[in-house]
Amino acid sequence: MAENRALYEQVILEHNKSPRNFREMTCADCKADGFNPLCGDQFTIYLKFEDDKIVDVSFKGCGCAISKSSASIMTTLLKGKTKKEAESLFVKFHALVTSEPDAPVNAEDLGRLAVFCGVREYPVRIKCATLAWHTMLAALDGKGDPISTE
Amino acid sequence: MTELDVERIRKDFPALHLTVGGKSLVYLDNAATSQKPQAVIDAVTRYYAEQNANVHRGVHYLSELATDLYEKSRKKVQKFLNAPLTCEIIFTRGATEGVNLVAQTYGRAHVGAGDEVLISAMEHHSNIVPWQMLCEEKGATLRVIPMNDAGELLVEEFEKLLTPRTKMVGLSHVSNALGTVNPVKKMIAMAHANGTPVLVDGAQSAPHVPIDVQDIDCDFFVCSGHKMCGPTGIGVLFGKAPRLDAMPPYQGGGDMILSVTFEKTIFNSLPYKFEAGTPHIEGAIGLGVAVDYLAELGMERIAKWEDELLEYGTRLLSNIEGVRRIGTAPHKAAVLSFTMDCAHPHDIGQIFSDNGVAIRAGHHCAQPVMQRFGVPATARISLAFYNTKADLDAAAAAAEAVKKVFD
Repeated sequence: MAENRALYEQVILEHNKSPRNFREMTCADCKADGFNPLCGDQFTIYLKFEDDKIVDVSFKGCGCAISKSSASIMTTLLKGKTKKEAESLFVKFHALVTSEPDAPVNAEDLGRLAVFCGVREYPVRIKCATLAWHTMLAALDGKGDPISTE
Repeated sequence: MTELDVERIRKDFPALHLTVGGKSLVYLDNAATSQKPQAVIDAVTRYYAEQNANVHRGVHYLSELATDLYEKSRKKVQKFLNAPLTCEIIFTRGATEGVNLVAQTYGRAHVGAGDEVLISAMEHHSNIVPWQMLCEEKGATLRVIPMNDAGELLVEEFEKLLTPRTKMVGLSHVSNALGTVNPVKKMIAMAHANGTPVLVDGAQSAPHVPIDVQDIDCDFFVCSGHKMCGPTGIGVLFGKAPRLDAMPPYQGGGDMILSVTFEKTIFNSLPYKFEAGTPHIEGAIGLGVAVDYLAELGMERIAKWEDELLEYGTRLLSNIEGVRRIGTAPHKAAVLSFTMDCAHPHDIGQIFSDNGVAIRAGHHCAQPVMQRFGVPATARISLAFYNTKADLDAAAAAAEAVKKVFD
């Protein structure tokens, strides 16, 4: 079972079971739907701003453990961030999960996101890990159209 | 009828002896594609090493040899499907191309504005989208035969849906997502009483049950070589000769013509009218060897063994708490679709894979089926005759491993 552990880190399993900020937000300033047709994952991301800072972020939907925990952890990291900071966090996360499996991981810089480094060994799961993030970017850009990772 | 010697059969399939991530491969994704016996692999290799030439052209020795092998395969497939005539066997790229061929030729000629095409609620996308495209083009309507919670078609609803407007029926023989075996013979008789021809999608039936296109009396039957131990990229369309004769060609090109001038082309006779261009020669030859292989084992014996496996696997899954089986029709073949309370199908598939067990997780190209059962996706075990009860034990152990990780 050592192989499973590499992908399904305890933190991932825990967020899958008890996702944070897992709720609709009626007063959201922007939201977007994301869809991964390959596996049927579907999430809505809600964002609320005060001035240029994200003051609340939440999500609803269903998906695999990787996509759900990724969405959950993302929501815990975005509060207090500006649009620009949220975008640069996405870039950092995207670079992590799409890097070579044996590339060094800067755990300090990545913080909680580092638990997703196991995804690199499973290329088909990259879309799961990034679905919520792509959807969040779409919400930031104010695009109403559903986002597909296909 | 003697039983299959599965241990001996497994020796014919090199891929069944692979190890993945240090574990012996347990291959239970046969509805996606089957593994290939050495005889098929050898036939394809031999073709390129010793027999390669274009078919239906030239008088040189190799061309005659390749043509002979290609046409002999057509005869083998004819026998396998029990088609009356060799010329009723058209080689295609697969079941998908077969459906598209019929939709774009027969369909375009016979379906008009206000007409209806009738398909079932459990079709694979390949038996939905070609008809949808046709209906959109023609201003026709696509109607759907509903199914019950077990995944059985409601035959009485089918009867009600048959009207003078129904110009075509497309029906899967065995559902790839649910495993349901549909009563196609009965439904074809009902459609014929209404004057409507029927295309049977045999992609999931041809590898598992004896096929007799004369007995079921279908107008068209399609299947894919790669799901029945043959190479990828080759498939078969059977059509009743009078229907095929009356249909316009599908694609234009070489081989499908008798003579060409810039003013007029005279099309070739069946089956060549529907085989434009150089065909998938080694694919057809490989498929001929594959159907010989299946026929030698005996499709009835294959069906019997797979039924025993299906029953065994059903019992194993039913005993695991938190497992919901999707598709519980009394008459099923080779497919065990399921979900688990504790994990998404994608995660189930991942843990299975990490335990060496290959299954499919997803919507199985049958999104309407997933919607019908209110699930985003399922995990699917799909069997072949070379599978064993030990394979299913490994699957059950993998399901327990899923629970250990996610419960």
